[in-house]
Amino acid sequence: MKEKLTRFYSKFKGRKKETFNTGKGLILFSETSEAIRAETILKKAGYEVRMVAPPYHLRKGCDLAVEFQLMEQLGIERSLKEAGNQPLEFMPISEETLKPVEIVKKTDFGKWLMIKAANMKITFEKETGNIVNVSGGGCPDVPFLAGEMIGKNLNEAPSPGDIGHTVCAYSLNVAFEESKKNFKELKNDASCRHSSHKEFKT
Amino acid sequence: MLLAGTLPIRSLKLKAGPGRLAGDGKFMIGEETFPANRGTGAMMAACLSICEKYGLGEPHCVVSGDIGKGDGSILLYNYLKEKLPGMGVKVMTFHYIMPNLPCHNMVIKVIKAMKKPPILIADAGFMYVAKMSGLARYYDVFTPDLGELAFLADREAPHPFYTRGFIFHMEDRAKELIKLAYEHENSAKFLLVKGKKDYICKDGEILEEVKDPDIPELEAIGGTGDTITGMIAALIYKGISEEEALILSARTNRLAGKLAKPTPATQIGEIIEKIPQALEEILEGNNNE
Repeated sequence: MKEKLTRFYSKFKGRKKETFNTGKGLILFSETSEAIRAETILKKAGYEVRMVAPPYHLRKGCDLAVEFQLMEQLGIERSLKEAGNQPLEFMPISEETLKPVEIVKKTDFGKWLMIKAANMKITFEKETGNIVNVSGGGCPDVPFLAGEMIGKNLNEAPSPGDIGHTVCAYSLNVAFEESKKNFKELKNDASCRHSSHKEFKT
Repeated sequence: MLLAGTLPIRSLKLKAGPGRLAGDGKFMIGEETFPANRGTGAMMAACLSICEKYGLGEPHCVVSGDIGKGDGSILLYNYLKEKLPGMGVKVMTFHYIMPNLPCHNMVIKVIKAMKKPPILIADAGFMYVAKMSGLARYYDVFTPDLGELAFLADREAPHPFYTRGFIFHMEDRAKELIKLAYEHENSAKFLLVKGKKDYICKDGEILEEVKDPDIPELEAIGGTGDTITGMIAALIYKGISEEEALILSARTNRLAGKLAKPTPATQIGEIIEKIPQALEEILEGNNNE
């Protein structure tokens, strides 16, 4: 009996999953910064969303749309409304959309570490976490973001996700978050080395 | 010569006029001073440094303030639509401008109607929209990095961030991507692909590979690609062939980088200062790089 029930539930579970995975939609915004903000809001609310290119006829080049599961539209609409981040439109998609690049690479320059996410790079001083350079990208907010971030500490610099407007800003935000994570790990490693050294001395 | 792009200054509307270097990492348009620290500023300063060295006069620079909202870019597009026909421009460089397809096509329509259209150079945001418009072949020079080359090679990608098959070992695939970019007619006539090795290409053929001096720190420094674009514009304006201008710019940029003895924390202004010396060394054959 137990086995039968398990089989029944597993079948049901499989179907449900299939239903959830087949219907996807796009949320379109008038500003790319709103799309970036929506991704943060929705991920915090537990939705599985991701940034994709808007449909071909709506593309401007430096813009983004949010891909979501159509079944979750109602809850997503509510979350965005509560956060005051209203989209232009929800629309279903039938074909594979272009996904942004999500690969991150590190280059160790000794005193400095460069984190590259897609086309954007942040370089920071390993000892202090101070951002010394921002490079890559061709959207017009890149020079603005670089100006706002260079010379500031990773823990104090404004997030490109909050002040940027384009996909380059989104990409820079990935590099920024990764840089913060790496800096934290570096600090933890240093503190472990320091404490084990102290232990050894005593 | 006309240089156009946005600067990250909120309060700036539109400023147009003759450009010249102001020293201390700055340049001037008319009587107003702007920082040359990255993006359009770095492109213009690199171009002005060569214009100054060869006494090429003061190129017409037009900038607007845009922090990514596209408002300043619209001002630029409209300026170009209105003023270009009467300017008699020989070389024109488009740089950090928010992609806007209708506006781009409007500007190209104006250029096509000119008796003698200028040599067109595009980089950054304007190169993205040039590719998206399907009019890439109308341009003379694009200066993509490897990520942007993959974007040119991908017929569907609207931006380098979405490029399918984007990998970090693209250096190995550069030749294949160059071929695809030309095959899909998403490349300008000339390409200068910026990377660990720079590729200078014409109509699908690789004319030259420049790889020395190899300074890995330059990748971390914002603006090192922008300076190449500015130098190309100045050298073509000087009368050097596109092919030679691209090769010379790639070599000069690398040598200027080396002369600045850079670390990953070096700012682009320090490299721009070395451009005249680097160019001179290369032209005099004193440098074996």
